Formats: sequence, structure tokens, C-alpha cells
Amino acid sequence: MKFELCAAGFGGQGVMAIGQLISYAAVEENRFALFLPSYGPEMRGGTANCICIVSDRQIGSPIVPNNESAIVMNTPSFLKFEPTIEKDGCLLINSALINEKSQRNDISSYYIPANHIAAEAGNKIVANIVMLGALLKLKKFAKTETIQKVIREKFEAKGPKIIEMNMKALQMGFESV
Amino acid sequence: MNDMKQIFKVTPLLSKTKRSYCPGCTHGVIHRLVCEVIDELDQFEKTIIVVPVGCSTLAIHYFEMDTVQAAHGRAPAVATGMKRAMPSKTIFTYQGDGDLASIGTAEIVHAATRGERITTIFVNNGIYGMTGGQMAPTTLEGWKTETSPYGRNLKKEGNPIRMCEMLSQLNGPAFIARTSVHTPANIVKTKKAIRTAFKAQINDLGFSLVEILSTCPTNWGMNPVDSLKRIENETMNYYPLGEFKKVEGL
Amino acid sequence: MGDKILMKGAEVIGEAAIKAGCRLFFGYPITPQNEAPAYMAKRLPEVGGTFVQAESEVAAINMLYGASAAGYRVMTSSSSPGISLMMEGISYCAGSELPVVIVNVMRGGPGLGGIGPSQSDYFQATKGGGHGDYKMITLAPTNLQEQADLMKNAFDLADQYRIPVMVLSDGLLGQIMEAVEFKFDIDPSSLPHKEWAADGRMNRKKHLINSLDLDLDGLERHNEKLQARYRKIEQNEVLCEEYSTDDAKICIVAYGTTARIAKTAVEMLREEGYKVGLVRPITLWPFPVNHLLKSVKNPATESFYVFELNAGQMVEDVQLVVNGTKPIRFYGRMGGNVPSPNEFVEKIKEIY
Repeated sequence: MKFELCAAGFGGQGVMAIGQLISYAAVEENRFALFLPSYGPEMRGGTANCICIVSDRQIGSPIVPNNESAIVMNTPSFLKFEPTIEKDGCLLINSALINEKSQRNDISSYYIPANHIAAEAGNKIVANIVMLGALLKLKKFAKTETIQKVIREKFEAKGPKIIEMNMKALQMGFESV
Repeated sequence: MNDMKQIFKVTPLLSKTKRSYCPGCTHGVIHRLVCEVIDELDQFEKTIIVVPVGCSTLAIHYFEMDTVQAAHGRAPAVATGMKRAMPSKTIFTYQGDGDLASIGTAEIVHAATRGERITTIFVNNGIYGMTGGQMAPTTLEGWKTETSPYGRNLKKEGNPIRMCEMLSQLNGPAFIARTSVHTPANIVKTKKAIRTAFKAQINDLGFSLVEILSTCPTNWGMNPVDSLKRIENETMNYYPLGEFKKVEGL
Repeated sequence: MGDKILMKGAEVIGEAAIKAGCRLFFGYPITPQNEAPAYMAKRLPEVGGTFVQAESEVAAINMLYGASAAGYRVMTSSSSPGISLMMEGISYCAGSELPVVIVNVMRGGPGLGGIGPSQSDYFQATKGGGHGDYKMITLAPTNLQEQADLMKNAFDLADQYRIPVMVLSDGLLGQIMEAVEFKFDIDPSSLPHKEWAADGRMNRKKHLINSLDLDLDGLERHNEKLQARYRKIEQNEVLCEEYSTDDAKICIVAYGTTARIAKTAVEMLREEGYKVGLVRPITLWPFPVNHLLKSVKNPATESFYVFELNAGQMVEDVQLVVNGTKPIRFYGRMGGNVPSPNEFVEKIKEIY
């Protein structure tokens, strides 16, 4: 089993959390995981992206030439990463903020209004978890229970309401594709 | 004979190694004062000296306590590392004016402002001795040195630096004083200041420093007696003696 | 112990140091290793340790000098420009025979350079860096598990040989997260007391920590003693991984981050039937001469390819070992650019 993801967006859209949650879930399921963050030089509001690799074997190169799957949360990320998806790859587009459509017919593109769905779940801040839920359904990189467990652990300190909202966002994302 | 009081003895904290200091140099007096104080405070076995780069690097062989030689100017950082590793030990640096007031200004300022529980003995003779008489940051206006051969010109070479005045502005130090060793009375006062400085450390009150005005007959081109007079007539005018900071409890 | 934990590279450095019995950290902020001091600032007080943010890297390395002179395990972490500032202090540690551990999370240079991962401090680490004839044991991890494991080696080797040890990491290993298992947890009080430490006389003779000897013959003898120790380290402390080298027509030599990318390239090439192997030095000094000599003497191996994130530094050590017997090629990226394995694959295919 090998799974590679690039998640990209504005700083603050929670793209790092997507990669980290997948990595935590992989370790939980006794797989190898690698998470590589990349930030702009600014602390807030800039672009951010991360690479996350999950494998049954020790992971060699942290650098992948083309992305097997990608989540793009804003237009600059769409423009930057859409061309890098490998053939037969998978692209999840936050259509609440991105008006562009992918012109590529060698990849599978999914348009998910993540911000709107997140707002329905309680707050648009959980748009990243909506995307995570959608990706989980499409790529099955971990068991749903494992993802739920790591979400619970990550947001434990923030209280049951926040955990509940994230669970709802995950579920709604799962059902959106 | 039996009722005679002993008023002078050799301090066991100084080694019997032959000294390499020049005739008339006051390092010997200052070494002795420091050792007497450490002995009297019963700190010998738990004291470590950090020696600098300069004439007093030679002190690696003169003190009987454990000794650590530091890079030029870095003694306060080395002493910080030692004290943080061994908070119950007594750590002091012994530094000259080139070491402390030029290349090591960052280290002394930050050790002082952190309030490191260390003591610094700062020997200021206004010149680089070991390297052969170059201008120091503390060299006074008009003084001729190897690198200010026309006399220190404030417009070209800038102003001599007053460390005690500077450091006493910080909150970290518990005791900052300037003394001199040019007369017996001043030697007695210097010993008292050194004692207070070590007490500041032992009582966990903060950083402490004693600046001691000193001579360099060789590089000043003067005989020892005239050198001592020069402290009185010139050095003390720019570097006034006194206590610049003394916290309560000292 | 025993559990795998997902951690950031710079934090792995900190936790592994604590588990190796280190309770003293002195450092100064610099990207891309800021998570290491931040981790130590939070974690050390929990285990009775001390963290001090020094006023500069110059001061930090001298704080290490003092704490090491006192007989304690001590470390710092920095990145290339900061390491340059520490070079004077490292030379003093070498001269005064003080065990210290320095982590360099390398970034691109020269000057202020950039904050991307680089390997351009290889010369500085392995050839001295500061003044005088000295050596520093240099350990180059390739993933976070090894980064954790090697921290213990670093402290043990430093103590055993009374020598500065550098863990040569890079911006990529500092920033990634991987799962690690800490295989050791040393109580500092269980470590043997250092008989030579300047920690107060307490009924013994005076101890002197010093690198000055104005007697020419005395200083020569001191240097000869250090050199004899370095020869012993070269004999006993080499670490190296050989991967698919037995039948390799082309032998890649790479270390650290570059080696893990090269390893993926070797796997990709092998799948296509190309006979390629990898020699990965784990100790950069001492350099794994004998491991590499095996490939030099291997009739199957026709040439060597050195990959680095610099303009060609380790390649000079490879040249010394190969000594003109077989061709050596070099490919490097600079300025913080990290190649993908495909880039290496293409380079190999060009000459296969």
C-alpha cells in the first residue's frame, strides 16, 4: 500500500492538519508515514502546502515528482498543483472558493464546496476536515474509525463541541462524493 | 613569641609556580586578594576560576582551584555554562579590559542582565598587555600606544568605555564596584569589594563585578611607582572609584 | 519506550538528546531548526534540566564549553550561519578535549543563503571548520528514526573520546514528521562521573581545562595525542550502509536526505533491470574508506556517481578512496533545491 497526497491552500485553511491527521492515522495502523510541510516566509496568510506519504514500507524519497492526489483549498493552489497531478490521479477542489474548472481529462476531479458544507456542520473553519472526509471515501488510506480516533485526540483539549463539529464535517465530506 | 598574632601568611590558594608577570604589574596583588577572600569565605574546594585571553591567561598555573581557560572575551559565557550545570559551586571569571570591554562586551552584558550567579574580577589597565601594548577600548584620551602612536584621538579612535557605569543600568547585577590597587588603603578597599562580590553570588542575589584599576609599567613605558601615580592622576579622573550598584542584603 | 510516535525532525533531536541523558541546552534562534530549542525550553524543565537562550551562537558554544568542563552532557542546535559563528568555540572544545554535541540543521549558503535544505557544510564539518588540526566526529542521519538513534551515539562518542561530535542534519530532516521509537532512556545520574572535570577540588588535585601551551614541544605532544585518538576513531567508529552493491554496475555514494532519495532511485532503477547500488556513509568523519573500497575492488562495479545537495564536497573524499582506478561522476543541487528521485534516475540512465 502506498498513498501520496499534496494539500495546499492559504495559511490558516488547515491544510497542514489534513496531512498530519493522515500521518497520525497511518502510524496508528502501523504503517510508515512522512509529513513534509512547506510554508511561505510569512507567518500568517501566505500560501502553505504539505506532502504526506503513507506506505507499508520504509519511505525513501520525501520528494515526489508528481502528486498522486491533491487537495486544493484556494485558487493559487489550484493553479499551482493541478498540472502536477500524475495520470489517473485524483484532485479535490474546494469549489466554494475556486471558480476554475480542471481542463485535464486524464485525472479525476471532484468539486466540493467545502466551506459551505463546513458552515452547515457548524463553522467554515472545518472545511479542511470536509475535504479529508471526501478524500477518505475516495482513497481509503485509513479506516474511518482510525481517522475519527486521531481527530478526537487532536481536538481533545478543545472540548466535545469542537470534536463533534469535526466529526460532522468528516461525515458530510465523506457523503459529498 | 606565643602571644604574637599572625598578621601575614601565604595563602594556600596560590600556587608556588614562578610568575611570568612583568615587574610592577598589579595582577599579583589582585590574584592574592581574590584568593584570600575565597579562603576566608571557605569556598576554596568548591570554586572554579575561568581565565580569559590576555596576560592573565598565564593564571592557569597560578591558582590552586580548578581552572578553566576560555576563548577571548567568552569567559562570562563559559562561566554561565558552568554555573547552570553546577548551581551550588562558586564560579568567577578573571578578565582584562581588552577581553571584557572589547571582544567580550556581548557576553559580559548578557551574563550581567540575566543576573547569572557568577562573579567577575575585571582588571582595567587601559591597554593590551599580552599582545604588546595596543590601544584598548579603555585607553584614555591622549595615551600613546602601539596602535594610537599619536595619542588616542577621540575623533578618530572614539571614546574610552566605562563598563561599571554601563552595567549598573541593568537589573541583573547585585553588586558593581570600581576600586584601585595603587595604594595600600585602596588595596584594602579592593579586598572588601571582592568579598562583597563573592557574597552576592553565594547569597544568590545576582551577578557581581569588581573593576580594579591597574597598571602596565612595561607597555605604559613607566617605572612601577610612576605607573601607580598615573592611576591617581589620570585614570581615576575618567574612571571614578565607588559602588555603582549594591542590592539590599549585601 | 517501544511506542512509535509521530514527531517533527527538530523535536526528535530534542527528545532523543533528553533520552540520551542530556539535561543542558544552550542555543540561539535560527531557521530551520527553531523547533529544537523551543522543544527543549518546554521539555527540559519537566525533567530537571536547564535551557538558556544565549545572546549569540558565539556565547552558546562557550556555554557548552563551560557545562562540558563541569562534566555534564550538553548540546546545542543551530543552522549553517550559526554554526559558522560557533567554529571558534568548537576549536577550543577540540583543543581542551571537551565532549559536546552540536546539531547542524543545514541550510543553503554562502552568507545568509536561504532556509531550504542543503548539504553545503560538509567541508566545514568533516575537515575542521575552525582553526587548528582537529577533527569532529560527524554523524549524518537519513531519516528521523536514525536521527533519534544517532543522538545517543553522539553523546556516547563525545564522552568516550572527549571530542566534539556534530550531527549533520538538514532543513528537510528538521521539518518532516515521521514516526520514531526511542530505544533508550538514560538517567543522567547513572552516567559515570567524569574524572577529569573541573567541578571543584573536593579533596583532590587541581583540574585544569585548557587549550593553551606556549611550550612548542608541549603543544606538539598535545597534538600528537589528539591525532592518535583520531586514528583510533577512524579504526573503530565508522558507520556505513551498503544497499544493493554486490552486483552494482554503478555505485551511488550519497548521505543524509540525498541518500534516501537516491535509495528510492535505486529501487526504481532495479525494477527496470538497471544494476545500481548505494553506499551511504553514516559517519562522514571518520569516512567509511573500507566500505567504499569493497566497491572499488568489486569487478562488477564500473563507476561511481556521487549525489549531494552542494557543488561537490564529499566527492573529494570519494576521489581519495577510488584514487583514479574508476571513473567518478558528480551531480548536485544547490540553494535549497531538493531533487526528486527521477532526476537521479535520469542521470544514471544517461551513462548506464
